[in-house]
Amino acid sequence: MKIEMKGINKSFGTNQVLKNAGFVLEDGEVHALMGENGAGKSTLMKILTGVYTRDDGTVIVDGEEVVYKSPQEAEKAGIVFIYQEINSLFDMTVEENLFMGKEITKGFGIVDKKAMRAKAQEVMDKMGVSIPVDAVMGELSVGQQQMVEICKALMVDAKVIIMDEPTAALTQSETEGLFEVIESLRKKGVSIVYISHRMEEIFELCDRITILRDGTYIDTKYIKDITMDDVVQMMIGREIGERFPKRDVKIGDEVLRVEGLTKNKVFHDVCFSVRAGEVLGVSGLMGAGRTEIMQSIFGNLSRESGKIFIDGEEVTIKNPRQAIAAGIGFVTEDRKTEGLLLEKSIAENIEIANLKKVSSKGVLNKKKQDEIVKQGIEEFRVKCFGPWHECNNLSGGNQQKVVLAKWIYTDPKILILDEPTRGVDIGAKKEIYDVINQLAAKGVAVIMVSSELPEVLGMSDRIMVVHEGTVTGIIDAADADQAKVMTLATGGSL
Amino acid sequence: MEKNKKSIGAFIGEYGAFLALVLLVIVISCVSPEFRTASNFLNLLRQASFNGLIAFGMTCVILSDGIDLSVGSTFALSAIICAELIMDGVPAGLAILISLLAGTALGVVSGVLVTKGRLQPFIATLITMTAYRGLALIITNGKPISRLASSIESESGSFLFKVLGKGNLVFGPNEMFSIPIPAIILVVALLIFYFVLHHTTFGRRIYATGSNAKCANLVGVNTTGVKISVYAISGFMSALAGLIMISRVDSAQPTLGEGYELDAIAAVALGGTSMSGGRGKIVGTLAGVLIIAVLNNGLNILGVSTYYQEVIKAIVILVAVLSDRKR
Ligand SMILES: Nc1ncnc2c1ncn2[C@@H]1O[C@H](COP(=O)(O)OP(=O)(O)OP(=O)(O)O)[C@@H](O)[C@H]1O
Ligand SMILES: [Mg+2]
Repeated sequence: MKIEMKGINKSFGTNQVLKNAGFVLEDGEVHALMGENGAGKSTLMKILTGVYTRDDGTVIVDGEEVVYKSPQEAEKAGIVFIYQEINSLFDMTVEENLFMGKEITKGFGIVDKKAMRAKAQEVMDKMGVSIPVDAVMGELSVGQQQMVEICKALMVDAKVIIMDEPTAALTQSETEGLFEVIESLRKKGVSIVYISHRMEEIFELCDRITILRDGTYIDTKYIKDITMDDVVQMMIGREIGERFPKRDVKIGDEVLRVEGLTKNKVFHDVCFSVRAGEVLGVSGLMGAGRTEIMQSIFGNLSRESGKIFIDGEEVTIKNPRQAIAAGIGFVTEDRKTEGLLLEKSIAENIEIANLKKVSSKGVLNKKKQDEIVKQGIEEFRVKCFGPWHECNNLSGGNQQKVVLAKWIYTDPKILILDEPTRGVDIGAKKEIYDVINQLAAKGVAVIMVSSELPEVLGMSDRIMVVHEGTVTGIIDAADADQAKVMTLATGGSL
Repeated sequence: MEKNKKSIGAFIGEYGAFLALVLLVIVISCVSPEFRTASNFLNLLRQASFNGLIAFGMTCVILSDGIDLSVGSTFALSAIICAELIMDGVPAGLAILISLLAGTALGVVSGVLVTKGRLQPFIATLITMTAYRGLALIITNGKPISRLASSIESESGSFLFKVLGKGNLVFGPNEMFSIPIPAIILVVALLIFYFVLHHTTFGRRIYATGSNAKCANLVGVNTTGVKISVYAISGFMSALAGLIMISRVDSAQPTLGEGYELDAIAAVALGGTSMSGGRGKIVGTLAGVLIIAVLNNGLNILGVSTYYQEVIKAIVILVAVLSDRKR
């Protein structure tokens, strides 16, 4: 299927987010769409599939001009969208989600459970994932939910599949599984639009690439004709310099020590420490228990045993309030359900974590509020229309910046970052790394959980690797490389 | 933090309930000369005060993503407690205080059921609603307690009790202004709620809890505490409304306040507060309360049969809520 989008304009209210955007998708190609957070990639695709209506411009599919009025209509025409935001019914099972709206029936509306189960299993097997089809969606990890979303798209006989940051929450092996599927889809002549901020993936996978900047079409190139630096240059319009900025920080005394942290079947005898000004990278496969360990340290997840010491003294942390009082900040991995008040403004999100700072005796102080919010938006370069901008309508990467901003002003002694750069563009990643370095320079002990190996290797002083709930090794970043970390992460030893 | 630029649509969305209110008042005023008298408006305010006070508490509960069905029963039970104490010769001031505390405690019970008991707010307060009504019936043996004011021995106590529901604040040259005390209490309550919800950290915590309790908890908001507090507030406000009621009618009966929860919820909904929490304004609730009061009062004056009144009210609520959703 060939799709041509030309001269697309789109405004939300008075704010124009697409100006003369577009691209051409050829039959059976994997086409990357790149651009900074908020460049309008997701919006452009949502216009194609009828989620939003365009103000201007044309969409031509196989030579005919079309306007899809709803995603269902686009799906009938063979265009399927795997959204960046997980779009599931969290109270229902995997199988029910897969077949939502397209149940197999025996007639008279009676569902054929057996047939659906078999079909669901078949698709899962093809993807090489092992998620029980009768598991409740809400109880799966973000990565697993993402896999189900992808499977959902494969259930229909699609001619075009749009993947909006599909790997943001996937493990290495899940990602490999996905790439194999994409390869076989390509061979079948299915076209794929692939949106991602991971440069390596784009260069491994895609045939062509289209760049958007500030809602405007910039250029389309064959991947083989360009370099990563060219892409960055086109995306941002400026150089960003080194990808992982160096930091020159004298590492101080131990700030946090964890001893014998244990939760049945989740993690076992976890011991580690972090020092002032140090960045401890935490690596491991998805589901290894990294997030759970951090949640437990933060008091949001109960545990059977274990001690936590801050500045050498044992502290009791049974809930997040105690953790915050002890000087811990926690950027959770799931910004949608845990990180943000989505329907609230940027200002309210920053303020809620800093209520003490923006008030005196329980009464809010408008001046302090405005100050801290303005600082947050400027320092993190949140792309928005103002402090009142609802977080729901921010692009994914900008949402992440808001989450970071709200924690940083709490002046934590220890900051735990769980996947801090997920879904964040290259330029913004660099900005987040700079912030991490600044914090380290101020003497904050930083723990950074990440599934992106280059990031862990590039940013950490030491790397702790977790496998199935146990720490398999803590190595100095200077001696670490991809192979060593992967060995530990899969349960091997060095 | 407010948006800088507002479109006309957004303006109507935000103040729709007030526009509806003004429209209603104009229409009924045109048809009925009786309606548009100052004394009727004051009377209307007095009538609105019961629902208003309850609805303010309800707004906090709904903002925190809860609901309180027990307000009508709390209203009755705390009023009965006050009445019984007065009949037992307890000084009126103390009886009033105890009654307010009792209402607060009854709210705390609902809050604890919701948080520690992990019951859905609807179910938890359905339980307390039923239980409190039952208690009210048990205490009174199902019979009304009447002639309260004359049972109070001390003069000042009797005055205090009477002034709550029947009093007027009289002022101006030749005492030309006379405002019912319940209306004044309503306005003071409005100011307090407005301040708390929009200018204090506690207000922020209520909104955050209703918006996304998980996230709020992770940034250090004691969501359990917030939830218990809002039910306590709701209980307190119900008790306050109950006291004004028994002062006004000079008697208390266990069936007081039946169905009041529905009027309160309707007022909150009319005012544009989201039923799933996190969004809404106290002034909207005031508009909702006044709309319901104007309808009740106006339709009565116009001589519309009570059967039709209900249907008309339903239609107005439907229209208002639907137009609110178009934002
Ligand atoms: N429903 C909406 N209402 C108002 N503004 C919106 C809405 N949806 C998106 N926007 C704005 O449009 C711009 C483009 O957003 P979009 O989600 O398309 O970016 P993106 O390129 O996909 O970014 P990311 O890489 O972060 O996902 C952003 O500035 C965003 O704030
Ligand atoms: Mg996007």
